[in-house]
Amino acid sequence: MSFWFLVVSRWQSILESTWEHILIVAVAVCVAVVLGVGLGVMITYWRSLAGPVLYFCQVVMTIPSLAMLGLLLPVFGIGYKTGVATLILYSLLPIVRNTYAGIEGIEPAIIEAAKGMGMREITILRRIKLPLAWPVILAGIRTAVVMIVGIAAIASYIGAGGLGEFIFRGISQWNLQLVLVGAVCVSILAVLADGLLKRVEGRTRR
Amino acid sequence: MIKLEGVTKIFPRQKVPAVKNLSMEVAEGEICVLVGPSGCGKTTTMKMINRLIEPTEGKIYVNGRDVAEVDPIKLRQNIGYVIQEIGLFPHMTIAENIATVPREKGWPEDKIQERVDVLLELVGLDPEVYRNRKPADLSGGQRQRVGVARALAADPPILLMDEPFGAVDPITRAHLQNEFLSLQKKMKKTIMFVTHDIDEAIKMGDKIAVMRAGELVQYDTPDRILSAPADDFVVALVGHNRALKRLNLVKAGDVARKDVPVAKGTCSLEEAKKLLQADNLPVIVIVDGLNRPRGVAYKEELLRRNGQAHLQEIMTPLESVADEDATLYDALSTMLNYGERYVVVMNHNKEFQGIITFGYLLELMKENGS
Amino acid sequence: MFVTCGGAAAVYFVENPGSAMAARVLTYNHLAVLTAQHVGMVVISSLLAATTALPLGILISRPRLRLLGTILENIVNIGQTIPSIAVIALSFTVLGLGFNTALFALWLYSLLPILRNTYAGIMSVPPGVREAAVGMGMRPWRILFKVELPLAFPIIMAGIRTAVVVNVGTATLATFIGAGGFGHLIVTGIMVRRLQLLLSGCILSALLAMLCDHLLGMVEEKVKASI
Ligand SMILES: Nc1ncnc2c1ncn2[C@@H]1O[C@H](COP(=O)(O)OP(=O)(O)OP(=O)(O)O)[C@@H](O)[C@H]1O
Ligand SMILES: [Mg+2]
Repeated sequence: MSFWFLVVSRWQSILESTWEHILIVAVAVCVAVVLGVGLGVMITYWRSLAGPVLYFCQVVMTIPSLAMLGLLLPVFGIGYKTGVATLILYSLLPIVRNTYAGIEGIEPAIIEAAKGMGMREITILRRIKLPLAWPVILAGIRTAVVMIVGIAAIASYIGAGGLGEFIFRGISQWNLQLVLVGAVCVSILAVLADGLLKRVEGRTRR
Repeated sequence: MIKLEGVTKIFPRQKVPAVKNLSMEVAEGEICVLVGPSGCGKTTTMKMINRLIEPTEGKIYVNGRDVAEVDPIKLRQNIGYVIQEIGLFPHMTIAENIATVPREKGWPEDKIQERVDVLLELVGLDPEVYRNRKPADLSGGQRQRVGVARALAADPPILLMDEPFGAVDPITRAHLQNEFLSLQKKMKKTIMFVTHDIDEAIKMGDKIAVMRAGELVQYDTPDRILSAPADDFVVALVGHNRALKRLNLVKAGDVARKDVPVAKGTCSLEEAKKLLQADNLPVIVIVDGLNRPRGVAYKEELLRRNGQAHLQEIMTPLESVADEDATLYDALSTMLNYGERYVVVMNHNKEFQGIITFGYLLELMKENGS
Repeated sequence: MFVTCGGAAAVYFVENPGSAMAARVLTYNHLAVLTAQHVGMVVISSLLAATTALPLGILISRPRLRLLGTILENIVNIGQTIPSIAVIALSFTVLGLGFNTALFALWLYSLLPILRNTYAGIMSVPPGVREAAVGMGMRPWRILFKVELPLAFPIIMAGIRTAVVVNVGTATLATFIGAGGFGHLIVTGIMVRRLQLLLSGCILSALLAMLCDHLLGMVEEKVKASI
């Protein structure tokens, strides 16, 4: 009962926090896509780097996100900067890995044909490799987004804003309804983002 | 047009060369067929010409220029390349696939569209139907046609074709071969064509280069390959029925006897008998007013009959016929199929061109064999 | 190696607390308690998750329960997109503060990847293989243990590995609902701005995650070699 009361009475601040949450995730993903796709493409050309880069990303993934937030805190300070940096780091692995796998997975005959017809490497990348790898890259972006929606909620603890604030404030004030609002909203956001990106993915695969 | 001089390729970390000291020359407007067992270096040879692979040793000249000194992008844009695995771009439509090189060369869009339609027509695919399809929606044979069309797109003077008709059934393959040959009559391109099917090599090639384990065993005309194989390997490759295969090299229209008598349907039997006696033919061909064969009358039947009847009363409809472009091999198959001792040869306008009889065929083979 | 590093780090931080405030938290005793809490949470919840998710996954992969399987698969897929912090928070609203709440949340959250991979692994066994086994007169139990599970093992193991590594990370969040663990060090470090506290928590939890990943990798190799 009081849960709905809370939602109705605080809807404005809920919307604000949701927007904040979306914004921080979006900014991080945009940067991560640029960096991740770039890095992923790069390691298809410098093969010897592929192993180390992918291993590094793998290691980052095993580090608990709260620990990562703590580690970056001294560098970027309290606030959204540390949050965004952490989110970028975590979204890098799926994007780099899938970009690499997507490009490596292209049938060699297709690349050979493109080369044989006298296409420049940059054109091959733009018109053949990236479009063909795109569904796989998109799947990586989806994994990344779902993951960092959750991590962004944890980042609220170090003052990055977003829906996590309801959770942490709720716990410290023993306000169960507030915790519920935060948890439910974050979950809905993650599920929605997943569904949306799945849709986009389905469309590109056709 | 294409010249290889002592070309050798040793792949990294391999002891035996994939191509060994290869020297050959392909003249302008000719089809040179590379033939040999799997892994003998045919594809490698081809890829060195458009610099997808750099030779370890030796020089390659295209149009008199050392390819090592030409910008590979420019070089490749002027050499059509049909790769062994077809390699169509699955995310692009058929039209976009074919338009690849013209786009790279910066042709105007309307000219590209026009060219795409012309090429689709050329390879026997209706542009209206296929233009906007994706490669996945095509059959294997249709994909190979698109592969060929894509290579022809910017009208390159040179074509490299790596088993372009590999992945189709024998009937479609024969069809594609015939279409391509008649196309080549008009295009007069310099073509290097890879196959491991000796029959295809004999049919398509002006010259055949037989390769084994990276080495050139024999480089000769198909006729010479069949009549004077350089060694046991070539003999084995060509197979035991060499004489029969040589029939593939001769066009029916070129050797058909043209000086034989023909008769109208209204001709009397007596007259027909006289005509037949002059030549030792098993049948007399009956033609209409436009010199188009309508049927035949058998010699035995004719000799048995007496009286005033006309020839058309003992006429049997025409079955054993061949086109002037058909090979003697085809002509022989037709004879055997219908159990006849003759085949009537017609030109493209369905006019009488001549006749080939079984006895005559045997004589031809004897002459050729010596 | 991970254990040595962890030990060395612990000793280093305890010996060099850097400040009096940090020194009060960074004692051997306290570290031992936190380690026990963290490892305890992870091990107990993971074991519980595996013992519930494996049989459940096998159960819903039976042909008779195919429909239930597909339904549950979809639910699990949605469940997996829900962030770990939300699961912890939701458990808190139901069960309140404490170690048991954390245990419940961690159990629930690691249930999903194991369940999903068990189901997916068994479903990925080619029907032809199963038919061949049936054709040779093998009993259903034998087919399960001799054919389906060995073939599905790599996928199941991958699920367990993911679950445990994620679990170590999620367990750092348990400190918010009063269950302790390395998260306590991090959170205290952030609150009182003591780098030593922060770093010790980060390094220890990260090392624990890598250690688990490594150990499970070794188990995987061993079992793979034995089947
Ligand atoms: N990139 C490569 N690296 C190493 N070895 C190679 C490479 N490409 C080809 N080879 C080797 O070189 C030899 C010749 O290969 P090539 O592809 O030219 O054969 P091919 O005559 O085209 O055979 P097929 O009829 O099967 O297509 C083979 O033994 C092959 O294994
Ligand atoms: Mg080849």
